[in-house]
Amino acid sequence: MMQRNNIEIRVCMGTGGVASGGTEVLAAFRQEVAASGIAASVKEHCSTHQVGCRGLCAKDVLVDVAIDDEKVTYQFIKPDMVPRIVKEHLLENKPVDEWRVGEDYDRFNQKQIKVVLADCGRIDPEEIDAYIAIGGYEAARDVLNNWYPEEVITEIKQSGLRGRGGAGFPTGLKWELGKKAPGDVKYIICNADEGDPGAFMDRAVIEGNPHSVIEGMLIGAYAICAHHGYVYIRAEYPLAVERLKRALTQARERGFLGNRLFGSNFDFDIKVKLGAGAFVCGEETALIASIEGQRGMPRPKPPFPVNKGLWQRPTVINNVETLANIPAIIRKGCGWYASYGTEKSRGTKVFALTGKIRNPGLIEVPMGITLREIVEDIGGGIAGGKALKAVQTGGPSGGCIPASMLDLNVDYESLARVGSIVGSGGMIVLDEDNCMVNMAQYFVKFTQEESCGKCVPCRVGTKRLLEILERITKGQGREDDIERLETLSGGIRNMSLCGLGQTAPNPVLSTIKYFREEYEAHIRDKKCPSKVCKALLVYSIDEKLCKACGSCLRACPAKAITGEKKVPHKIDQAKCVKCGSCFDVCKFKSVMRD
Amino acid sequence: MVSLTINNKKVSVPEDLTILEAASRNGIKVPTLCHHPQLTPFGGCRLCVVSVKGMPKPVASCTTTVSEGMEVTTSTPEIEDLRKLVLELILSDHPNDCMTCEATGSCALQELAYAYGVRGEAYPGERRVYAKRDGNPFIERDMEKCILCGRCVKVCDEVQGVEALDFTYRGFRSKICPSYEDDLDCEFCGQCVSVCPTGALTGKQWARRGRYEGVREVDTTCPYCGTGCTLTTHVKGNEIVRVSSKPWTPNEGWLCVKGRFGYKYVSSPDRLTKPLIRRASGEFEETSWTAALEYTAAWFKKIREKHSADAIGGLSSARCTNEENYLFQKFMRAGVGTNNVDHCARL
Repeated sequence: MMQRNNIEIRVCMGTGGVASGGTEVLAAFRQEVAASGIAASVKEHCSTHQVGCRGLCAKDVLVDVAIDDEKVTYQFIKPDMVPRIVKEHLLENKPVDEWRVGEDYDRFNQKQIKVVLADCGRIDPEEIDAYIAIGGYEAARDVLNNWYPEEVITEIKQSGLRGRGGAGFPTGLKWELGKKAPGDVKYIICNADEGDPGAFMDRAVIEGNPHSVIEGMLIGAYAICAHHGYVYIRAEYPLAVERLKRALTQARERGFLGNRLFGSNFDFDIKVKLGAGAFVCGEETALIASIEGQRGMPRPKPPFPVNKGLWQRPTVINNVETLANIPAIIRKGCGWYASYGTEKSRGTKVFALTGKIRNPGLIEVPMGITLREIVEDIGGGIAGGKALKAVQTGGPSGGCIPASMLDLNVDYESLARVGSIVGSGGMIVLDEDNCMVNMAQYFVKFTQEESCGKCVPCRVGTKRLLEILERITKGQGREDDIERLETLSGGIRNMSLCGLGQTAPNPVLSTIKYFREEYEAHIRDKKCPSKVCKALLVYSIDEKLCKACGSCLRACPAKAITGEKKVPHKIDQAKCVKCGSCFDVCKFKSVMRD
Repeated sequence: MVSLTINNKKVSVPEDLTILEAASRNGIKVPTLCHHPQLTPFGGCRLCVVSVKGMPKPVASCTTTVSEGMEVTTSTPEIEDLRKLVLELILSDHPNDCMTCEATGSCALQELAYAYGVRGEAYPGERRVYAKRDGNPFIERDMEKCILCGRCVKVCDEVQGVEALDFTYRGFRSKICPSYEDDLDCEFCGQCVSVCPTGALTGKQWARRGRYEGVREVDTTCPYCGTGCTLTTHVKGNEIVRVSSKPWTPNEGWLCVKGRFGYKYVSSPDRLTKPLIRRASGEFEETSWTAALEYTAAWFKKIREKHSADAIGGLSSARCTNEENYLFQKFMRAGVGTNNVDHCARL
């Protein structure tokens, strides 16, 4: 047996990895490695452990086998594949090439720059020692012993870091306001109530590297002189909650939370508050109300939380990703961080790249990268050879950017200029099969259901917005509906109490702006150009092409198709429920959809 | 003090005032549905938006405090359009059955719809439909008329300290309910009824008794306890059809269940309106106050002569004022000559 210094086997076990069977794969590796007796031959370190999400969940279970400096990554690993990897790769030093990740995995990573996600996928998120081994808590130790709070604030200000939760408020400035706000009791809150459909950045960070968030909070608390912290996290993230709680316990055991931290005079501890699934609780004043035990309803601003927040005390609220950036900025310096990104949008941003993309997943890119690089290089282009239609960013508060603007830089200013937002980092890729009216309807339905009900424009206005969109997609749109949508949207945007309502019309306005012709086709021609809106579709059978094979007849759940052998089949429009089963099963392309 | 201009008028107000309060103190009216001067600001109806120079969007005047040099305009064509839109939206989800609504004539929504000429037809759509059910004897809750202004929730919490109501559900289905959507089971003080700007909350016993035609308002003092709240009885013919109270009274307009709903005894046939003396036959005989008091005094004297003054005791009532209670104990001690005097509140 060969002599090796180090062997490390890392099994992807974020929520995606666990769902794909990561737990079983890890168990299989542990068993096989133990049975092989290989550990005895390793000089320094041999470990098999879980890691958080490394981004490309679509290829889970991903496994790294690192022998000394040589790392091989395997994809789609199942427990029964483990013995062969252990035998051939570990014992015989012949990696199993056919199971290795392909070129697209490298392409996926090539243009990414990982700061927040740097150690997700590398370290065991449930072991504080793994975090300490890579320099974890050193930034906090240094700050608490050698820095003045003002110096921390200056450092963060100079790094150019802006809030990653959506609004993009400069983090250093927020801390400065928090520091200056008078009061002997202050709070720092980590907002982990990630709620945008298709967004999972914060979940991945907490699942993959919870200590980085805790350390970031600790540094932030020191900067603003807060001794109490809260993490407000969704109860629907069980794994993240579990790992966060475990990390907090471990940090407390090591004396990284509690009294007189790192030998200084500074006290700080963190409580976890579980959110009960209200999207609006991501809005900071609603979040505060929820922690206080009230119904999650936004309060008017001003006063801003930084002056009157939790229990009326000065409170700084930062997003998970914002806080996870902090330790790295302190360790490597503000200049290093500010060297990434654009003039006004510094650093990197994590996006959840989803939709009709070949390689969906979690990515971290420098601000200012073009949409094209994200979609074509990192994402590998559109799946199934279809044409890109638009990229939706910013979730229900964001907008759709048409394919013609693919060379747009992704940063706060550029996205705002075209009517969308960076938001918390949702990025949904849409192809020619996506109907933009339907898309707008989906997001408005979401915000309408999640409206807290406090103010009229949001509670009733989004309902009326939704009803107009619904009738358009049903072919009942009226000639002046586009203007009606625009007027109503303008009112909701100007009159709503909080960000949820103020941004709710964005998906409607941006799709009208760039895809007006699709609205017009629905309203005037009663056609859905993307063939999505069911009510507008008509299925029929081309008698010349029909071979009367009977497969559509059997597939039809509504018994709407009639026909006999050698007689072309027919669809009874009155019975047709427009499910598309006939269209899908016909081998001769004789079923037409209009 | 802070100086600002409202509609180009220079005003000077205390610095913790909201724009709405500053405007109202200077005689400038800003429409609102959710604001109530005795409750904390809510900011839900958005009708009170005003334009402030330098602010990118209209601001809610009920929740924005004044600041030095602020330039406020309470009415511009854009602001009025936005207000109209909000009213359109509220009325699009309202029964609009003013003909039979108990609140007609004293409904803030109706007044604003009238002032703005809004009928609620611009954005037609689904309306909330709720089955009527509420097993309590006092408060009618017609939630279809509720505009979710939150006043009832606030008054119940901030004034009464009972918290019987709160917001439930989300989005269009948002609704104000007691816990678990049970029937209302509270003190029934009716403060919620008194602050409701629409016909969503009304008194059950007021129904169909008369709205404003031929109804007179008569201010009087509540006879139930020594607090002596000022009541306004709404009288039609010679019958009280409902009771309210005005905010500038010593009780600031707030009442309890007895004062607000317990007025039926006034016209009860069982009510004693004249003194009666039971004669030897056992029959009650109507008499005058002088005769009745003389009769009672004579008996007290007889008892005192035969059994001493300590054979007599006096029990006073919480319905009396302090002064009346003072007089009563003085009467017992100095007049009757005993210290046997007590008060029902000690029982």
